[in-house]
Amino acid sequence: MTELLDKAATTVRKVRPTWPVVLLAIAGVVLLLAVLREITGADDVASAGTVRAAIRAAMPIALAGLGGLWAERSGVVNIGLEGMMIMGTFGAGFAGYQWGMWAGVAFALMFGAIAGAIHAVATVGFGVDHIVSGVAINVIALGAAQYLAGLAFTGKPGGGPTQSPPVEPLPTFDVPGISDAATTIAGKHWFFVSDLAALVGGVTTRVSLLTLFGLALFVVTWFVLWRTTFGLRVRSVGESPAAAESLGVNVYLYKYVAVIVSGAMAGLAGAFLVEDATVYREGQTGGRGYIGLAAMIFGNWRPGGLLAGSGLFGYTDALRLRSGGESVHALLLLLAVLLLVFGLALVRKNRRQALVSAGIAVLLVVLFLVTDEIAGDFTGMTPYLTTLLVLALFSQRLRMPAADGEVYRKGSAG
Amino acid sequence: MRLDLRKAGLTLVAPLLAIVFAMIVTSLVLAVAGDPVGTTWSTIFSRPKPRNLVNIINAGTVLYLSALAVAVGFRMNLFNIGVDGQYRLAAFVAAYVAGEAWFPGKLNVVFSILVAIVVGAVWAGIAGLLKVTRGVSEVIATIMLNAIATALVAYFLRQVAQKGSNNIHTDDIPLSSQLGGFKLIPDAPNTVYTLTILAVLAGFFYWLLLNRTVFGFDLRATGQSETAAVASGVSVKKMVVISMLISGGMAGLIGMPLLFGDSHNYGLTFQTGLGFTGIAVALLGRNNPIGIAFAALLFAFLNEQSNALQLKAGVSNDIVNIIQGVIVLSVVIAYEVVRRYNNAAEQRRVAAQLAQARKTEEVPA
Repeated sequence: MTELLDKAATTVRKVRPTWPVVLLAIAGVVLLLAVLREITGADDVASAGTVRAAIRAAMPIALAGLGGLWAERSGVVNIGLEGMMIMGTFGAGFAGYQWGMWAGVAFALMFGAIAGAIHAVATVGFGVDHIVSGVAINVIALGAAQYLAGLAFTGKPGGGPTQSPPVEPLPTFDVPGISDAATTIAGKHWFFVSDLAALVGGVTTRVSLLTLFGLALFVVTWFVLWRTTFGLRVRSVGESPAAAESLGVNVYLYKYVAVIVSGAMAGLAGAFLVEDATVYREGQTGGRGYIGLAAMIFGNWRPGGLLAGSGLFGYTDALRLRSGGESVHALLLLLAVLLLVFGLALVRKNRRQALVSAGIAVLLVVLFLVTDEIAGDFTGMTPYLTTLLVLALFSQRLRMPAADGEVYRKGSAG
Repeated sequence: MRLDLRKAGLTLVAPLLAIVFAMIVTSLVLAVAGDPVGTTWSTIFSRPKPRNLVNIINAGTVLYLSALAVAVGFRMNLFNIGVDGQYRLAAFVAAYVAGEAWFPGKLNVVFSILVAIVVGAVWAGIAGLLKVTRGVSEVIATIMLNAIATALVAYFLRQVAQKGSNNIHTDDIPLSSQLGGFKLIPDAPNTVYTLTILAVLAGFFYWLLLNRTVFGFDLRATGQSETAAVASGVSVKKMVVISMLISGGMAGLIGMPLLFGDSHNYGLTFQTGLGFTGIAVALLGRNNPIGIAFAALLFAFLNEQSNALQLKAGVSNDIVNIIQGVIVLSVVIAYEVVRRYNNAAEQRRVAAQLAQARKTEEVPA
């Protein structure tokens, strides 16, 4: 009995993400990157430009993940995020080129919500398997966007069946004072200090209003889901719908609302892509809906963790774009070190898995030493490999909503 | 027996209802968009020419293989979304091997097909291993592996392709290993793939494996109730890995009819996206080898007939994706509704019989 209690005590004693912990973690990451930059000489591993590119790349993934968070907290798995995001890109392009980007944002939210509503009707109303419905939605959304784009954009100036006319992006601004100072310090290449300044500079220079809007939605989501009665009910529906219903919660209603919001968030993620590219383009999402889902799983179904996960994917994606071969090559070393640490931590618990990760780490070091840079095709793999690796390392420590993915029929509470 | 007949009838009605519903939705979309509704349908449902018929059979063959690969996983609630990456990687490696022609004539074909099966199985096996050892959802893992396969193929294709050519592809398969095809349909200038046989064999293998072997029984049991399967001594982990290997191996076959009967090499123009269509076809065919065959032919029919849409009706043939997507979504909904209706009907019948029995018992007293 005491043994059991001890075990319970150790599992409860987790590091809570309080402000000091978060700040320390950020400092740790920056220090790691600074060391990496010094050793490998790959400057773009930590530069203001990379940070900015990382934020731009991270936001669509983060919002897709936020969509996944809403749906899965209510117990509905949403693999259709990709399709909802595609609908969002079309909506943003369609309204964006005619009435400006804010109208595009509104349409992206609306189109995503419509796709979300279809998913809700199928999964909640009819009790269809969640993955099956999501896959079907991805097929429909892709076809619908292509068909509608052909109708809406053909013959328009600068547009065609696969591309919308240009969309005016939203204005950006620099945070006065901080932005300039940080950029200056970042240019000095001082160890750690410059790297930290690059981070600050990247965050405060040319900030997009849309990014702020997206981040605000994270705060709103956290508040609504974890600090209001409504949110408690949404989460209770995802943990134990039978218990929720026995307390008088309208399970279907909460699931419907959550899944429709989920679609709207995914649609907004599409608007980010359109704003970034200043056009709607066929195939623009490129699987980011799925990566968003992976980021959400990585973040343990919590907004903070999701944001960290999206940051990681955004960062690897940005590195690929900024002197990709060299930067990703440098990343190999970092990865090797992390795997080695992970392997050491596992030595006592699971000898075999420790050996496997140590083996991979050695392989990576060898790869790092024998090559100078990574070929272009391989740098394109980075975000996907990162996703796989991260999930392989952390999946077992995660806890998803207890009734996630289960079909619930009204009246099952008995 | 009467009950079974009714059940079977309802099962057949569901897909028909779904197709009708999809036609209504599509007509609405066309009408709202201002496209001609009547001409669109008359073009799609016009009598296919012999040449088109051959194309439909060929495309259906490939879709059938793809759907079988997906269905193996579906039967045990395993979502192999990665069939797409598996078949592309397998087709590329097989095309390279066949182009090198280490074996003469038909032996080369057999060897390359075996290579494709192994490559597909290994690629899918990664996702299976990640699931059982590290708890990574196979849905996410296979999607990531798709993207990684794309990058790998792009890289190696550039390594093996002839330099200085615009159309990058692997070496052509020697003439002795190319398969001419059957003249199945008279008056058609083109031929049906020889490897259509492969699809028939794969369908038979699928049926045999799932319905006539202990492994198949375990697989279906795991799909229907994992706890029950575990209780009866099935190792779910082993089942996951083996099913992924089989699913991936079947995925390896998808590109083979195309490779040996049509393109004769793997290049930038090699057909992609078959794995995703296969998911839809498997759902429509309810993971049943015969059902999938009909579904594959229907999808191939719609694809082939929609090619003329732009020319005859001035409608973009992207509309066919909407039709197919709506069919899939409405068919799964229809199956669910029918299943629930059957359950309710059975409960009513049992209740009525019980009430009857109680009544006859009460009379003598």
